[in-house]
Amino acid sequence: MNDKRKLTDIMVNIWMRGGLYILLSIPVLTGIGLYWKAAPLFHDHSFTDLVFSGKWFPMKGEFGFLPFIYSSIYVTVLSFIISAPLCLFAAVYLTQFGNQRLLNFTLPVIDILAGIPSVVYGVWGILVIVPVISDHVAPFFGANSSGYSLLSGGIVLAIMCIPYMLNMLIEVFHTIPVGMKEASLALGATRWEMVKHVVIRKGFPGIISAFGLGIAKAFGETIAVLMVVGNTLNISISPFEAGYPLPALIANNYGEMMSIPDYDSALMFAALLLFVVILLINLFFRYFIHKTEKI
Amino acid sequence: MNVMAFTNQSVFPPGEVVLQNKVEMKSAVKENPIIKIRDLNVETREGKILKNINLEIPKNQIVVLLGPSGCGKTTLLKSLNRLTDLHKELKVSGQILIDGQDIMKANNNLAAMRQKMGLLSQRPFPLPVSIYKNVAYGLKLKGIRSKKLISYNVETNLKRVGLWDEVKGRLKNPATSLSIGQQQRLCLARGLAVKPTIILADEPTSALDPISTKIIENLFKELKQHYTIILVTHVLRQALRLADHVVFMYYGEIIEQGHPEKILKNPKTNVLKKYLVDGN
Repeated sequence: MNDKRKLTDIMVNIWMRGGLYILLSIPVLTGIGLYWKAAPLFHDHSFTDLVFSGKWFPMKGEFGFLPFIYSSIYVTVLSFIISAPLCLFAAVYLTQFGNQRLLNFTLPVIDILAGIPSVVYGVWGILVIVPVISDHVAPFFGANSSGYSLLSGGIVLAIMCIPYMLNMLIEVFHTIPVGMKEASLALGATRWEMVKHVVIRKGFPGIISAFGLGIAKAFGETIAVLMVVGNTLNISISPFEAGYPLPALIANNYGEMMSIPDYDSALMFAALLLFVVILLINLFFRYFIHKTEKI
Repeated sequence: MNVMAFTNQSVFPPGEVVLQNKVEMKSAVKENPIIKIRDLNVETREGKILKNINLEIPKNQIVVLLGPSGCGKTTLLKSLNRLTDLHKELKVSGQILIDGQDIMKANNNLAAMRQKMGLLSQRPFPLPVSIYKNVAYGLKLKGIRSKKLISYNVETNLKRVGLWDEVKGRLKNPATSLSIGQQQRLCLARGLAVKPTIILADEPTSALDPISTKIIENLFKELKQHYTIILVTHVLRQALRLADHVVFMYYGEIIEQGHPEKILKNPKTNVLKKYLVDGN
């Protein structure tokens, strides 16, 4: 009996550890695999050429990723600018000012938003956002736009990120001890001062975490953004111009034109860039959280 | 505030207690009460937490709110500075006069009225800033901008609670780096810095070791010269050690009140008798 129990113990231990190691090995193996597939590109091109050149002529063997990187960063920043304050204020209101009934009504709505497939957001973007930008927003700013633009991509991405960020922010604000809020109010703070000095301050590492999650999601999102962003090589400051983010490049071209030398490797390099950037975003936010948690 | 504090849990099974003696609600203090509570009711959908509370709190004394868990002591304490506002499920009615001003009607000057009452919770809740900024926080809310004046106040109040020598070299450290006992004294210093006239203490020693408890109790004895202290506790010996006036509560009602020697040694109601027997 004792031996049997001991054996079960060992088996369960091995099973759990095995599962954990498999999970941990996935990102490492993905990184290695992508590098291995992208490596042939490095024979003829330097890293700086690939990243900082804007010349994208695969037939001539020129692979400059700058427009793709630029578009990815542009739509991500745009989506962050739109979604972050919205989520922050909505979460603060729901948890600190609104009543329980409002929160109970909102939470399932957020879950539904999170569950909608990205292609649906893409279609919604084409049907609603693109015409609005083309017919109203761009003309209002004196610009011409087909509507398929970086701004459309940014808006659709922002809407897609909101449920994730909002959910996490609500969780973060719920963890702030009531006693701490009471202490602030008892010292003469108004509701808003209490939120500013206690809720946001105490929840700061969590807020950063939520923002990090949102940015990482936005940077890697493919289908919806691909449908509204225009998919045109462009480095323009104007949000009404089309762009071509990295995920769209991979999704549009993988499996096509594979006879072009190094094209396969170039797309793998695009995937590797995405992988590294998301890894760096996560590491940066982790470091930032670690620093702010000490305060 | 813990939601559990609002439930009517009790150490006594309902129905067992017979309120034989009608409570004498004569206030022990006749002169110039600093707080007057009239017909205070607090209720949720599930029922009443405080039932028609009428109480007068004397100035510069330690008034102990005593009673079993869930009897409404914490709710009563937090009604005094309207921290019950944080709990939307609570419906509060009645009148609470602080120095003659009804806090229930205070909307524009609620923050100023709250500053008259320093709060010390069961567990210390230092703000997520440095030791220095914790004490300076209330001063800044009061509109004090002079760094010199703020520093002076920080030092004075940390000295008052006997914490200055322990922290003077690390004022910029996070308040959470202090021990629990030190954090509780820091919270007291933070409350005193805004110059309240009343200290609301909700079982402030329940999370502390005996030495820290003694420090806090001694501080209370000194502070009562200048402050009115309302202390929630269910430690009978602490009530005996500190109280000038004891208010015994049960199921949201005030059952007995008076001088501790009088009501704790010669209780009139069966409820208090049973509580004292079980408590001991």
